[in-house]
Amino acid sequence: MPDRFFLYLILMAGVTYLIRMLPLTLFRKKIESRLIRSFLFYIPYAVLAAMTIPAIFYATDSVLAAVIGLTVACILAWLEKGLLTVAIASCVTVFIVERILAFLG
Amino acid sequence: MSSIHPIENSFKNGVHDGIPVALGYLSVSFAFGLSAVAMGMPVWCTVLISLCNVTSAGQFAGLPLILSGAPMIEMIMSQLVINLRYALMSLSLSQKLAPGVSTPKRLAISYGITDEIFAISASKDREVGPTYMAGLILVPVAGWTLGTLLGGVASGFLPQMLQSALGIAIYSMFIAIVLPPSRRHAPTMRVVLVSVILSCLFYYVPGLNQVSAGFTIIICGVAASLFGAILYPIEEETDHA
Repeated sequence: MPDRFFLYLILMAGVTYLIRMLPLTLFRKKIESRLIRSFLFYIPYAVLAAMTIPAIFYATDSVLAAVIGLTVACILAWLEKGLLTVAIASCVTVFIVERILAFLG
Repeated sequence: MSSIHPIENSFKNGVHDGIPVALGYLSVSFAFGLSAVAMGMPVWCTVLISLCNVTSAGQFAGLPLILSGAPMIEMIMSQLVINLRYALMSLSLSQKLAPGVSTPKRLAISYGITDEIFAISASKDREVGPTYMAGLILVPVAGWTLGTLLGGVASGFLPQMLQSALGIAIYSMFIAIVLPPSRRHAPTMRVVLVSVILSCLFYYVPGLNQVSAGFTIIICGVAASLFGAILYPIEEETDHA
């Protein structure tokens, strides 16, 4: 078990729960601010993008394999394939590229 | 929303509407369980995370923070920023719930506000009640937790050789979440590009790269979203959920 696992778990779940709970129990009016609504619309995509790049380049043993895996993931995601399909395809790609790189020595 | 129809409050209908969501969750949570255990998280911890959080992006973001022993403030801030969209859904749902729903029931329903569960409750042509919401929440949560367990257990059987390849899995899933809406909506694509450029600056530029990974994500996410909200405000209710 990671150090302080339960503390992390409580904070993580607690913050997530409070975000879901407070508006439902306290507020009964719609957000009128177009700025805030737009901000909330963009947030998940902006956050996920920042989490992905450049971290993805160092997520495997070889940067080259990761770049090729990223390319495959982008093509399949662009074609609107499901999450699991995209994930498996990129993993298989990385696996194959790393085996080829190992073979080439 | 009108009072012409009685409210939707059938548990059976909730379960019925929850089944396709649960099936969708099985595959995503399977992938979450698989990558979490591959990254070094014990299976039971991974399942507990899924049961307590029921949110894909927040969980994926929390994993490396737990595993690297990041400061607690980073966990709080990252969950706050990543899951802020639920506040909007929760707010919207507060107007969709039958007015008489008690506070304890609202507290219980809050646990299950996800993108998909919100989307389905919002798509109903009348107000929803707590019994309907219970069915709509319990079935997907069961699918989410079970999928995590199956993925976590499967991860243990995979040969060591696959561990490196699996490292890319969560990031490809993020790409699969981000690219389809970016393709349909150019401003979303611009926001994503701004976020990526900022993220690279914080990673590679000396000085800026002293900022921890958790805060980098928060700064990039907030800055890029503000950029989008100011330059390309969203006019109406969108289909983003």
